[in-house]
Amino acid sequence: MTASLDHAFAALADPTRRDIVARLATADATVGELAEPYEMSVQAISKHLRVLERAGLVSKTRDAQRRSVHLEADVFDLMTKWIERYRKEAEARYQRLDAVLAAMNQPAHQPTREEHAS
Amino acid sequence: MSTMTETTITADPTVPMIRMSRDFRATPAQLLRAHTDPELYARWVGPDRTVTQIIVWDARSGGEWRYVSTLDGQEFGFRGCFHTVGGDHIVQTFTFEGMADDVALETLRFEDLGDGRTRLHATSLCDSFEARDGWLASGMETGVNEGYAKLQALVDGDDV
Repeated sequence: MTASLDHAFAALADPTRRDIVARLATADATVGELAEPYEMSVQAISKHLRVLERAGLVSKTRDAQRRSVHLEADVFDLMTKWIERYRKEAEARYQRLDAVLAAMNQPAHQPTREEHAS
Repeated sequence: MSTMTETTITADPTVPMIRMSRDFRATPAQLLRAHTDPELYARWVGPDRTVTQIIVWDARSGGEWRYVSTLDGQEFGFRGCFHTVGGDHIVQTFTFEGMADDVALETLRFEDLGDGRTRLHATSLCDSFEARDGWLASGMETGVNEGYAKLQALVDGDDV
């Protein structure tokens, strides 16, 4: 079908890019603004942004003189929903396993006289 | 009683792998038993509302397994091989019979944390990113294809 989701996961594997996404969740920002907190050149940040853009996670917008970067929140939400849903199913499975393990921890069942007498 | 850590999950960006970990109040031997005793396994593998019937179960290195899960009258078959069954780990293959050519390689490792707790490390290596992401998306009501279509539309910038 498409490699979009892989690109999105790959894009978010990098801590700087995760940080950029977290900051864009609050508000759009220019490349210069995004570069400020890092010990990194604008070029290096631009490279990170190209990866995020190719993954469909951010887009560039132009309003008046300002060229800013915008987070495509829908794509991000869909991805995290998929993972979270899968995680919840795994957690439900492991809670059933908790119950099975707890039952194993109970002292062994002692047959009663009635059961012996069958 | 303290709260146990919930399941953590990561989708590896470089290989089509899903990694999970979860702590249990049990010994590695008990976790191994819950994964290899068919009667115990059928009780927790789920999902909720499904009834799991173990058809074949030979839990030793080189053995095979097959079970059928029934949900709302629909049957879903799963099968694979126990490649290695060790004291603190299991290596096995996993196939959903509805997509019989897609095989995942699963590794389960039981790490003894002491004080009666064990951390399960589970990895599932799929044979393509599409298959991996299909599994990740499989819980969604929309289904995988609809999910992909929607994602593609979002990435393409169409209105959804």
